[in-house]
Amino acid sequence: MQPILNASVNGEAALVSRARTGDNAAFSELVKRYQRKIYRLASHITQNQEDAEDVLQDTFLKAFTHLRDFEGNSRFYTWLVRIAVNESLMKLRKRRSDKLVPLDEPVDTGEEQIVREIAVWEGTPEQRYSQEELRQILDGAIDELAPIYRAVFLLRDVEDLSTEETAQTLSLSVPAVKSRLLRARLQLREKLTRLFKRKGDDLFAYL
Amino acid sequence: MLTCKDFLGWLNEFLDGTAGDEIRRELESHVNACPNCWVIFDTTKKTIQVYKGMDPHPLPSEIESRLLAALEKKFGGAS
Repeated sequence: MQPILNASVNGEAALVSRARTGDNAAFSELVKRYQRKIYRLASHITQNQEDAEDVLQDTFLKAFTHLRDFEGNSRFYTWLVRIAVNESLMKLRKRRSDKLVPLDEPVDTGEEQIVREIAVWEGTPEQRYSQEELRQILDGAIDELAPIYRAVFLLRDVEDLSTEETAQTLSLSVPAVKSRLLRARLQLREKLTRLFKRKGDDLFAYL
Repeated sequence: MLTCKDFLGWLNEFLDGTAGDEIRRELESHVNACPNCWVIFDTTKKTIQVYKGMDPHPLPSEIESRLLAALEKKFGGAS
């Protein structure tokens, strides 16, 4: 038995190299490790359960088929995320006839950053809500974002990709990623502050 | 002197620790002197943290079964 636990990236690299030599159990372990995150990402981008499930399956099947092409320049998980985003965008393109806004639509720069709620939060959200309630709040807030902000926020702040990796994955320029990330963060801050703020603090915000 | 609007424009770099030393010092002195910007900074930081700390839902069991079945089929075909 090879030791699986590894302090660095929790043994991701070891699992990947075993999977590359044809060890299906190692590949299954990688699937088990990341399936929830990939499904969440696909659900947020496609906004459709069936599509998200297709993306989940296709992502891992493609990763398996192309495992030899993975060069190890990034984390394996980052590579998976990029496959999942591509698959999700293909699903969106197929549904493009409806009202979905494409991710590459230029940002309307005429609009100022939104900062209306200026209030400190009451304790921490983790103390105030159960894990399930908090998940619903957070997922709901992401889903309310415009698609062009949603994808950037997911890749940068939820999936931990770098600005450059996010730009590459979404075919955006680095400045576009940065400006969309700022708007996404501020919009989410606004939404969460409305729920998490300490009562009475609004009084001081406009002084 | 930085205005609140300048501060907001640099907020990402400030939060991500990617602002250069000189601008970072200016941002720090602004945020320590301006209560509103401090609150915006603090709540944006917490927003990012709460998302980073969020575990995804477990996969619905039927979705997981179908994924496993698709993988098994792939493994079988590949060997």
